[in-house]
Amino acid sequence: MSSRAQVYLLALVFISAGIGLTLYKNLALNFPLSPDSLTRVWDVEAKVTFWATQQPIIVDLALPQSQDAYQVLDETFASSGYGFDIRNGDEQRRATWTRRNAGGQQTLYYKLKIARQGASPAPNTPPTAAQIPDKLIWTPAQEATAATLITQARALSANPTSFATQLLKLLKQHESIKSSHSLNDPRKRISQANLALQLLSRAEVASHIVRGISLADRVHNQTATELVEIYDGKNWHVVDPVEASFGLPKDFFIWQRGGDSLLQLEGGRRSKIRFSFIANDLPSKNIALMHAVEPDSALIDFNIYSLPVEKQAVFKLLLLVPIGALVVVLFRVLIGIRTSGTFMPVLIAMAFMQTTLLTGVGLLTALVIVGLWIRSYLSQLDLLMVSRIAAVLIVVVILMAVFSVISHKLGLEQMLNMTFFPMVILAWTIERLSITWEEDGAREVAVQGLGSLIVAIAAYLAMTNPLVGHLTYNFPELLLAVLGIILLLGQYSGYRLNEFFRFQSAVE
Amino acid sequence: MWIKLHKKLRNAGVLGLNERNVSYISRYNKRENFPLVDNKLKTKKAALAVNLPVPELLGVIASPQQLKTLPALLKDHQSFVIKPARGSGGKGILVVSCREGEQFFKPSGALLTANAIRHYVSNILSGVYSLGGKPDVALIETLVRGDQLLDKYSHEGLPDIRIIVFQGFPIMAMLRCPTSDSDGKANLHQGAVGVGLDITRGTALRAVQNDKIISHHPDTGVKFSDLAIPNWGKLLQLAGHCHDFTELGYLGCDIVLDKNRGPLILEVNARPGLFIQIASGVGLRSRLQNIENLMQKDWHVDERIDYALNHFSTNATTD
Repeated sequence: MSSRAQVYLLALVFISAGIGLTLYKNLALNFPLSPDSLTRVWDVEAKVTFWATQQPIIVDLALPQSQDAYQVLDETFASSGYGFDIRNGDEQRRATWTRRNAGGQQTLYYKLKIARQGASPAPNTPPTAAQIPDKLIWTPAQEATAATLITQARALSANPTSFATQLLKLLKQHESIKSSHSLNDPRKRISQANLALQLLSRAEVASHIVRGISLADRVHNQTATELVEIYDGKNWHVVDPVEASFGLPKDFFIWQRGGDSLLQLEGGRRSKIRFSFIANDLPSKNIALMHAVEPDSALIDFNIYSLPVEKQAVFKLLLLVPIGALVVVLFRVLIGIRTSGTFMPVLIAMAFMQTTLLTGVGLLTALVIVGLWIRSYLSQLDLLMVSRIAAVLIVVVILMAVFSVISHKLGLEQMLNMTFFPMVILAWTIERLSITWEEDGAREVAVQGLGSLIVAIAAYLAMTNPLVGHLTYNFPELLLAVLGIILLLGQYSGYRLNEFFRFQSAVE
Repeated sequence: MWIKLHKKLRNAGVLGLNERNVSYISRYNKRENFPLVDNKLKTKKAALAVNLPVPELLGVIASPQQLKTLPALLKDHQSFVIKPARGSGGKGILVVSCREGEQFFKPSGALLTANAIRHYVSNILSGVYSLGGKPDVALIETLVRGDQLLDKYSHEGLPDIRIIVFQGFPIMAMLRCPTSDSDGKANLHQGAVGVGLDITRGTALRAVQNDKIISHHPDTGVKFSDLAIPNWGKLLQLAGHCHDFTELGYLGCDIVLDKNRGPLILEVNARPGLFIQIASGVGLRSRLQNIENLMQKDWHVDERIDYALNHFSTNATTD
């Protein structure tokens, strides 16, 4: 096989492998191709506190499950000194903390990470006996009041849902008046939702309590909200017992559907559960990663993500280098721009990434000009080359220090990042440019200097492009495609752009 | 517009740098043969081994310790040239045209002390002029005294003749004449004049300075159209032999004419530039392809030259 055919074959293999793997990750593993797709992730912390009374303790907490609207990405439990177990019941998951003996204030944590994933249709499984609440024992007067409310509501409504609305409105009206006929017992302090449930069960409408939390960023010590869900014979409907309004509130995370209680405690008093939330907008990629913890996604297992976070940051930068190299190849092979040092522009571009473009260009130009000026003086001193370059290097360092201090005093913090300029390369470039100056004249220095700068800026723009950064980091296999393209360019034998002008006079 | 320009260059058979690199240099020049031509000392020794004429080597300074021997080496010489063995593109060449005791003079009349020369050599040793700053050695050669016939075409420096040799066939040639712009160097980028030569006769086709066609030398005012290189057949012979001893398929052979010794091989270049097309007003591609299409292999030098003489004549366009 000729070398040309080998190059084409290799390039084809590399490019199709790179693009194929990328598409697989995108389509099968849900890695987003665009950097902008963010998913809101909530860190929810449930804090259970109670006062222990030197008795065996059992704390029983209902746990949320992945629902249609939210997905539980991760959960952790913190409870030192407690035995811990999770029970998966028919309807619910519950966590149990147990301890033989403890006294005083106790705190248990349950943390979970949830991500939004679309709308949530209510389930339409018919009610079971277990979901029907026990009837509270009311006084005859209270029973009579309840019966009146139910009759009134029935007269004003047409179906289970409108009946529930009317009933809740009447209940609210009734309870707002402080009367001896109040359905609520001041000592027991029954919640509005529980009252509604009692009334609904007396009216023989299947219903249960839905407990959950209203997610809001940076909110602490929130209590659980109780909603009522009623069954109209076909579907479940959520209704707010206080507002008498239908539908789930915005950003409502259902913790527990049905069931007796959120938290049960034996061996303690004054139990409380409070919730705190923090919202993060995470790239959808991270969510995809959390999903893909199944062992079969070897593509992810043997991946940059498996490195420690700070190493990942280094790789993020390293993975951009091939893009810079591609830019250099394009400029040299297709356009014909001359640079000082083949891949120096890539290193300069990486320095620009730390200093921002304008300050970077300004600093670099200043450093090179001052460096050339000092080099031209040093050349009169008849020094050996190594000491001369070392001298230029030290001068470059001193200049950087001086610039940094001055800029800091002036409040230009960006300039402090100039230490990212590769100093040795800078000193060497100054040396080469000054020899070019002596040998080929100032014009050649300007051509090469400007050429390097243009290529460095182009490489900078390519490397800082958010899409490019996203793609190289999350789809490193795309580098194979870049490799393929570079191989193809290595076979390119057409004219360079500047040759159209250069060879004009050859054909006239 | 691009398509039009592209077509124009294509039709004229102009070779671009990418095509030169991909289709000729990397295909016909083996990597292992590069060190011989990239190091002038090695080239010189290889040329001498097959009895090809080169400028006489006076001495080599290979290490800082040998710098001590420099005065003794230069003692008996009124004029000499110091160059780095691995300098690229004529970089780092120092010409001393005469001396008075410990005072040395460049062709421009500039004075150099013995110390300055010593420092210059030490710079060469530390690799200032070699690619990538590799340590280098310094060659000291006799100064070539230019042929009087060509003297009038040059300012201060020595004109040299570049011949492109493809698979041993000389296919294109030009004369490079220093000017005051180029500071006495035969460096085309700095304003030396490139004179395209008819490969069959050694006569001028046209002259180009800074990409513009000119008719007279800007310093000496001599007309280029009368130019004819003496002893042209001998030059073609040397160029043809360059292929044999370097084993490079695509090379540029640089030859100077010495007043007394005639044509001498100055150096061989494995990556010759493409300016020769501008100087000649002729593209390289058709000639390269002509030779690539030859069926017969293993030509003798004389046969190759005969072939070139019969096939690559160009009509003069200079007036």
